[in-house]
Amino acid sequence: MTALAAKAINAFLEQIDAPTASFFTSCTHCGMCADACLFYTETQDPKYTPIHKLLPLRRIWQQEYTFWGWLMKTLGLSRKVSDEDLSQWEELVYDSCTLCGRCSLVCPMGNDITYMIRKMREGMVAAGHAPEGLKGAMVRAMETGSPMGVTLQTLKAQIVHAEQETGLKIPLDKSGAEFLMLLSSAEIAQFSEIIGAVARIFHQAGVSWTLSSKAFEATNTGIQIGAADLAAELVERIISAAESLQVKTVISPECGHAYVALRYEGPNLVGRPYPFKVMHIVEVLDQLRRENRLPIKDRETTRMTFHDPCQLVRRGGLEQPPRALLALVADNYVEMREHGIYNWCCGGGGGVSANERATPLRLKVFSRKKQQVDALGVTTIVTACSNCRNMLEDGLEHYHMDINVVGLTETLARHLDTTSTGA
Amino acid sequence: MTMSDLELLAWLRGPGLQWSLIIFIAGLIFRVAENLALGRTPDLATPRSPVFAAGLATVWRRSLFHPGMSYRGYFTLIAGYTFHLGLLITLFFLSQHIVMFRAILGFGWPALPPSIIDFCTLLSIAALITILIHRITDPVVRSISDYQDYLAWLLTLLPLATGFLAMHPLGMAYIQALTLHLMSVEVLLIAIPFTKLSHMASIFISRWYNGALAGVRGVKA
Ligand code: SF4
Ligand code: SF4
Repeated sequence: MTALAAKAINAFLEQIDAPTASFFTSCTHCGMCADACLFYTETQDPKYTPIHKLLPLRRIWQQEYTFWGWLMKTLGLSRKVSDEDLSQWEELVYDSCTLCGRCSLVCPMGNDITYMIRKMREGMVAAGHAPEGLKGAMVRAMETGSPMGVTLQTLKAQIVHAEQETGLKIPLDKSGAEFLMLLSSAEIAQFSEIIGAVARIFHQAGVSWTLSSKAFEATNTGIQIGAADLAAELVERIISAAESLQVKTVISPECGHAYVALRYEGPNLVGRPYPFKVMHIVEVLDQLRRENRLPIKDRETTRMTFHDPCQLVRRGGLEQPPRALLALVADNYVEMREHGIYNWCCGGGGGVSANERATPLRLKVFSRKKQQVDALGVTTIVTACSNCRNMLEDGLEHYHMDINVVGLTETLARHLDTTSTGA
Repeated sequence: MTMSDLELLAWLRGPGLQWSLIIFIAGLIFRVAENLALGRTPDLATPRSPVFAAGLATVWRRSLFHPGMSYRGYFTLIAGYTFHLGLLITLFFLSQHIVMFRAILGFGWPALPPSIIDFCTLLSIAALITILIHRITDPVVRSISDYQDYLAWLLTLLPLATGFLAMHPLGMAYIQALTLHLMSVEVLLIAIPFTKLSHMASIFISRWYNGALAGVRGVKA
């Protein structure tokens, strides 16, 4: 057993704030959080109980910050957290937690377990315990601007492609535009139709917008791995691009974690409020809908449902906008039994998708989504997060389910009435 | 019965009770203050909904059953409510307790008939026993339990059991049963601030933080 170095202990202690101490004080070990977590429900392994994922952090808190814990530690009656403990917990803190927030919704004591797992990851990184897959993504994000290593060249090629397809000019680095549209690497690399879709909708609605060559990536690996300093630097890149282009609003693309990173964590990471607004693309589209600037020419008749991205809905507060938008085009829309803030995660959020080691577990726990979808008999799942989309496609393929997964923005763009002369 | 038995009882009813109450109240206040003193960095993100009210709403909302609860959830809430209600009714509505409250507070309130109190006490004890069985047999709950959970359970059970014994002395002198009851109550009072039983105060703060953190994001947690 290697006792944890004082530096590592301090890194954990730094994370313990009033809410964390209060949450640990309140926990009655009732186990209700287990049933909220798909890693437990799909494996029935008690080690995946959300609060258990925090045991090392809890023990450090107890021994350093409570009288009883201090007494036990001093008398040698309670064991200190060791480096081996942390190696063992690495899987629990990273591979089996998507930061989906479902546990935080059900704890009868009100413990925000997800908030604490996010914090525990900061300590894990400082103590040298983070999965290789995420570390790699982190290095790529710092060096190339994209966790997947997508370059500006690739983006430019996709822009040309989208311009040919739509016949519209896609603005890049247009100073003074109202909106700066960010993208996620997954969109640029795999779902590039989003660029054309946004261009057509914004053209039709007369929205002034631009992409930026300095900051096109919206996702933030720093948050997922738990490295606040690096996370802050990624946010600074976006702020500086937005400031130099003098935009009023920055749009987070169809990505849940990117939205939370930018909208809620960003100002706290850089330590100052933004001089611009942050909106998710579904919020912008919903605003256009309310202003009658989103004319629709025809409707979708296939049976479809919406997969709520955790970060967008449960951790982001955007339950209604995607539904209002889908109501414009969907004739045969059904909800999953647990939807909205109670929806089940796709299994790949919180950095799990970038952590290759976690893939078998992720596919196993996808059985929860499978059951939800099977119950509906849908042919199409719409979502508003490119990471969810990737994970859904992967999971559906793994379980041999023949179901389409599409993004919300493109779905709307497909039904956009481009002949309309506006409101 | 010897003189020292009576002296012990007198001490337990006087300074013993006083001191344990002081430790209980001061300890709980200290515990909460100690947590709050850790503070948190002010949230710079523009909130979507009024944060303070969102916190209060969650303090209330988490008392309710909610959709998607599992068997474990129903068990926890039903057994938890039964135990707490039985305990609180016994504590506040047994006529002997009200006499004591009157002595401390200077005012009292009507008592409930002894038969109802008996029923509540037994219900509370039964709930506690079920909770213990659940803790030992449920794989999830057992795996996350530590010795404090069992200690806290015992410390909570004893005042209920000895109190019931004092009301229905079974081959035991009333004085002795009452002495045991007072002892167990005082041990419990002193233990609360130092153990997980301090959730009785921190629960409100935890729920408020949860609701407030979600309120920034416009989520009803
Ligand atoms: S649901 Fe809350 S109180 Fe119960 S074990 Fe989980 S964190 Fe603790
Ligand atoms: S945040 Fe989601 S994945 Fe993580 S422990 Fe909680 S319920 Fe499980």
